[in-house]
Formats: sequence, structure tokens, C-alpha cells
Amino acid sequence: MSEKGLLFTKDHEWVRVQGNIAVVGITDYAQDELGDVVFVDLPSEGDQVQEGEGFAVVESVKAVSDIYAPVSGTIVKVNTELEDSPELINESPYEKGWIAEIELAEGVQLDDLMTAEEYEAFIKEA
Amino acid sequence: MIDFHGFEMPVQYTSVIDEHLTVRRAVGIFDLCHMGEFDLEGPGAVATLSQLTTNDPSGLQPGEIQYTMLTNPNGGIIDDILVYRTETGFFLVVNASNTEKDFNWINQHLLPDTTLRDRTSELALIAVQGPKSLPVVERVLGKPLADVETYTFIDTEYKGYWLRASRTGYTGEDGFELYLPNAGAEELWQDLMTTGAEEGIAPIGLGARDTLRLEMRMPLYGNDIDETTTPLEAGLGRFVKFDKGDFIGRAALVKQKEAGVQRRLVGFVLQERGVPRQGYPILSAEGEEIGIVTSGTHSPSLNQAIGTGYVAAESASPGTEIHILVRQKRLKAQIIKGRFLK
Repeated sequence: MSEKGLLFTKDHEWVRVQGNIAVVGITDYAQDELGDVVFVDLPSEGDQVQEGEGFAVVESVKAVSDIYAPVSGTIVKVNTELEDSPELINESPYEKGWIAEIELAEGVQLDDLMTAEEYEAFIKEA
Repeated sequence: MIDFHGFEMPVQYTSVIDEHLTVRRAVGIFDLCHMGEFDLEGPGAVATLSQLTTNDPSGLQPGEIQYTMLTNPNGGIIDDILVYRTETGFFLVVNASNTEKDFNWINQHLLPDTTLRDRTSELALIAVQGPKSLPVVERVLGKPLADVETYTFIDTEYKGYWLRASRTGYTGEDGFELYLPNAGAEELWQDLMTTGAEEGIAPIGLGARDTLRLEMRMPLYGNDIDETTTPLEAGLGRFVKFDKGDFIGRAALVKQKEAGVQRRLVGFVLQERGVPRQGYPILSAEGEEIGIVTSGTHSPSLNQAIGTGYVAAESASPGTEIHILVRQKRLKAQIIKGRFLK
């Protein structure tokens, strides 16, 4: 799966925007750094999230990481598959490992997010 | 999003879970060159060691190894170490982060005619651990080793280098820890990797080293034990020999034993989803704070969240329900007896 068409944050989340819905997950780079994911603390549908605010937690064997909302809005769907199969984040970070869908709040700008090329350059610097 | 602290170390080569299971099912190889090693020698070596440690080194025969602790006058644990009885004295293996502290402490308490030499910078340590470790090490060293019993060692040679092979480890599996001069370490590592390919040998990082030792309830210095905790609180009382004569910390430990400990290190299994981590509060089922998590992880062998921590002595019985406070959520856990992996 290519990352074409996705947008990225400096905190290593990705976003796929379709209309007013943003699908959110963590990047391949992030899952690789975290290692084996063993638990995902998912948000609840209906939760309001603010850009930059923690809305989920990913636990690997070796570390715990907050996942920050790349955009503001309302959680409309969560990936409940992750409850029993958190390893999907490692195996398929851009597809089966998605975390939640956020319905964009009115007036949300996506300008601060990076393109795939920009993100690739960003992690090379890191 | 990601805390990168510690990532410079070989936390993992491939995956913590894969590496962990490799050691439980086959054989893994660990680069432990950071551990500290000292030679303690001379006519006063036994008495020096005995006054500094909780266990009794006087009955050890050359070739035998003992787990023991250095304690301070309060009975707090300065370090947990292995002592190897040699023909001329003792070879001490100490935790990497405590090397300088231990050396200075022992050096300050040397009895007459006793010498202490730090060999850390000249020696390498490679551990080979797992049920298939014996045939791999035998082929590499070119000699039968089945008679080297657990907690004993032999001195031999590898390609002209002095090598000490000890039947010890920090995983709960069969295995060896191999000490040799730095110059021979890379060759030995490559040789073990090549020779052990048949058994499926793989390098193991610090992440799996931690999950392997925790499943076996082996304490980690700095997490589970330190200078503010005593062997009695940590459940290590069997390594304290009160009747061997005086040692630093004995009086405090006798007093604590008579009065009864106020807190105990316990193991617990989480009964809800989540992962306990060092520093998380432990609560009673009624919600009162009774302790703190010292180690926690997801156990790859059991596929379950496990941890250890200190709790008030009256709440430390196996079977007791406790709660772990994980990010403002109270998750149910149960205190278990003994090792996580039976």
C-alpha cells in the first residue's frame, strides 16, 4: 500500500480525507519504531476531539504512546478489530490498522499537514 | 507521538515478541558487554565478601557460583550480583549501571591482603540462552558441557583466548554466559551465529531480555530493587544468611525481620486489557493507594499483561484483587504466587 494521497503530522499520524471524514492511523515509520503493538486504547464514537489532543493510546511491548488528533472533529467510527488484533497496526498501518474516523469540524484547515513527500523528508531528518 | 528515549540501545533486532519466543523455544544470543566484572583476590577475599554480602560465600567450592546482594547499613540493596569462586578468590559480576559504585564500595571495605581489580573494560560477555543452547555452545567450544551444572562454570579456551563458560542466565531457560577478552568477542559472536543457524539462533535485544526475566520474576536492579528496598521486602530472603556472622546491613535486616516488613514485592496479572508500566499506582479493590508498579509488560509467552510492584504487606497475599491505575482508569489485577511462567 502506498502512502500517496495521505496527509501526515509531525507526530507520525496519517490522515485520509474523504469528503468531511478523516480516517486516522499511525505511520509505517511509527509502528516500526514502536515495535509489537499489544493494546490500543480506542476512543468512543461521539467523542469530540481537538487537533493536537491525545485521543487514543497505542501500547507496544516496550513503550506507550499517545496518538494525537491530526484534525478537530467528532469520532464517528472506531476500528474495533484492533481490540482483538492490535498487531494490525504493525502489519497494515495504512489499511487494516486504521484507528478512527473523525468527522471534520466546520472550517478545519488541512494546511499544516504534510504530503507523503514532505513526510518522507521529515523522517529522514529525524 | 513516540517517545524515542532509549532507542539508541539495541532494544530489539527484529521484534521483541519474536525474539522472546526464540529464546523460549530455541536459542538466542545476547551482547552483554556492558556488565561489570571484578576480580577479588588474596587471603582476605572470603572474609571481605562475607562482610559485604547477604549470602554466605564461605562454603563455595572453586567452580561454583552464588547469587547474592551487597547491602548498605540500612539493609538497602546496593546491587544484586553473581560471585564465582575461583582457585584464587572470586570473580564478581555486577550490574552495568552499578559498576563504579560497587567497585568503590568494595574497595573501601577491603580487608588486609585483599585486592580488587576492575576487569570490565577488558572483558566481553555473550549470553546464549534457550532450550537448544547446549549443543550450540558445545560445538563452538569443541567440548562436552552437559556436566557443567546450573550455577557452575569452567575456564577453557576459544581460539587461543581465555574463556569462562558459566551455566547461568537471566531468562529462566537453560544456557551459558561466556566471558572472554574483548579481542575474541566478535569472532565468538559470528561463530555462535553460524554454528547455531541449525537451531535457529537469533540475536536478542534489551526489550526481550526484560520480558524474559520478568516472566520468571527475576528482579531488575533500578526497577524492582534499589538502595531503598531490602532483600526481605523484595522476596529475596532466601539469599540472606543471618547465621553466617556479621555483615553490613545485618542489624537492620534482623530488626526488619522481627518487626515484619511493611511492604512486599508482588507479581500480578492484569485481568483487563492494558499494559502496566513502572511508576503506575497500585490501589486496593476499595480504591485506596497501597503501592506502586516497579516492572510491567505484555508477556509474550502468556499473551497477558503482567507486572510486579510493592504493596502494603497486609494486601500482598496471592489471590488478592488489586487495581492498577493506568491513565486515570482503574484496571483489575490479581496477585499471583511465584513465577508468571510456570
